[in-house]
Amino acid sequence: MAAIQEAVAGLCGPSCLDLPADVEASLAAAQQKERSPVGREVLERLLENAAIARDENLPICQDCGLAVVYVDLGADVHLTGGDLYQAINAGVRQGYEEAYLRKSVCHPFTRQNTGDNTPAVVHLRLVPGDRVRLVLVPKGGGSENMSRVFLLTPAVGRKGVKQKIIETLEAAGPNPCPPNILGVAVGGTFDDAAVRAKRVLLREIGSTNPDPEAAELEQELMEDLNKLGTGPAGLGGDTTCLAVFVDIKPCHIASLPLAVNVQCHAARHKEVVL
Amino acid sequence: MTDQIKLTPPLDDEDVSRLNAGDRVLLSGTIYTGRDAAHQRIVQALQTGGEPPFPLEGAVIFYVGPSPAPPGRVIGAAGPTTSYRMDAYAPTLIAHGLKAMIGKGKRNAEVKRAMRGHKAVYLAAIGGAGALMARCIEEAEVIAYPELGPEAVRRLKVKDMPLIVVNDVTGGDLYEQGRQAYQRT
Ligand code: SF4
Repeated sequence: MAAIQEAVAGLCGPSCLDLPADVEASLAAAQQKERSPVGREVLERLLENAAIARDENLPICQDCGLAVVYVDLGADVHLTGGDLYQAINAGVRQGYEEAYLRKSVCHPFTRQNTGDNTPAVVHLRLVPGDRVRLVLVPKGGGSENMSRVFLLTPAVGRKGVKQKIIETLEAAGPNPCPPNILGVAVGGTFDDAAVRAKRVLLREIGSTNPDPEAAELEQELMEDLNKLGTGPAGLGGDTTCLAVFVDIKPCHIASLPLAVNVQCHAARHKEVVL
Repeated sequence: MTDQIKLTPPLDDEDVSRLNAGDRVLLSGTIYTGRDAAHQRIVQALQTGGEPPFPLEGAVIFYVGPSPAPPGRVIGAAGPTTSYRMDAYAPTLIAHGLKAMIGKGKRNAEVKRAMRGHKAVYLAAIGGAGALMARCIEEAEVIAYPELGPEAVRRLKVKDMPLIVVNDVTGGDLYEQGRQAYQRT
């Protein structure tokens, strides 16, 4: 468990300071295509910000997020020495303190800050093999607040699903720090859709969805969403969305669950395999 | 592209009245930070006849909860937080003399009405550019509610902080204008 704590602690700083290469590349590509002068300037500033963060050891964004930790636990691994969840929280506590990250977790009613950015949200999955993969996602509040779960009527169909997704990002406007990345899950249940919508955000920008039905929806949504006009920082432009990741799965004959997890351009995550 | 307008608080009616939605601003001087919990307390103080933690007349408030200052720095990353959460409190502060708010994201109708009625403006900073914005901050000091941690009220001394006017005193709204200009159907 000490190894888990150390590994989680070691992910906190780098995840908040180092913008993933795929996000940076996609911001740079968008900067070339953006028609709005203000939009181009915002994208340029974001790239500059990422470089400063790296050079000067500062977080990309002051909102260092609530720590969402994905654990893929190999079935042949036998963890000893205590409680996995406690070890993860201890790692978050240590990592956020050591890297001068903002502690952004509080009691829901009193709003009293817990002071150490715990508890983390942990998603544990059992996988074949003898390894442990840990992924830490510092999820910012601004974009999380614009995320939605819908239990739609099956009659609205594919068209209705698309419409809800577009409405969600349109209503969000400048709030979730566009350009955004959307995690979309269709099907499953209320809870399952929300979890999947967040997990798909770990996909690499530019990667092709192996499910052709989802890939087609992603492409259509990208075109429609970038017509909204919201643009970088919501100041108007063509770059509202950097990527859409869709996961489709069967659901109950009475249901059509849809979850949309909005991610900001500070799409941070880091992983380690033990 | 418009020239950058230099602003130094405290601001008066004339300073804010010449700003139009879309104008670029470079802000220098003393500003104050505050977000959800601090706003709640400031408004509570005003309503119970108490003193706000800083003079509101002509003041500029920056909606930010900075990350901790690493050794050798005055502040950590310091970009704007989403402003609508302060909408419930902003009209009261504006009525008490607040002249400008710095944040990101849309304001509600009441805040916009208060800005028109009392002459105040809403300025956007680039959301998620916290490391870049830290460079404009020369001094930072917690002056109230230290127990709120990142949400404590700080006095900041800033130099040439780049901002853009979103809502002006005449009802101009850059978020609306910008979106409409690039919306395609
Ligand atoms: S939405 Fe993202 S980029 Fe914007 S302030 Fe929150 S964490 Fe930072």
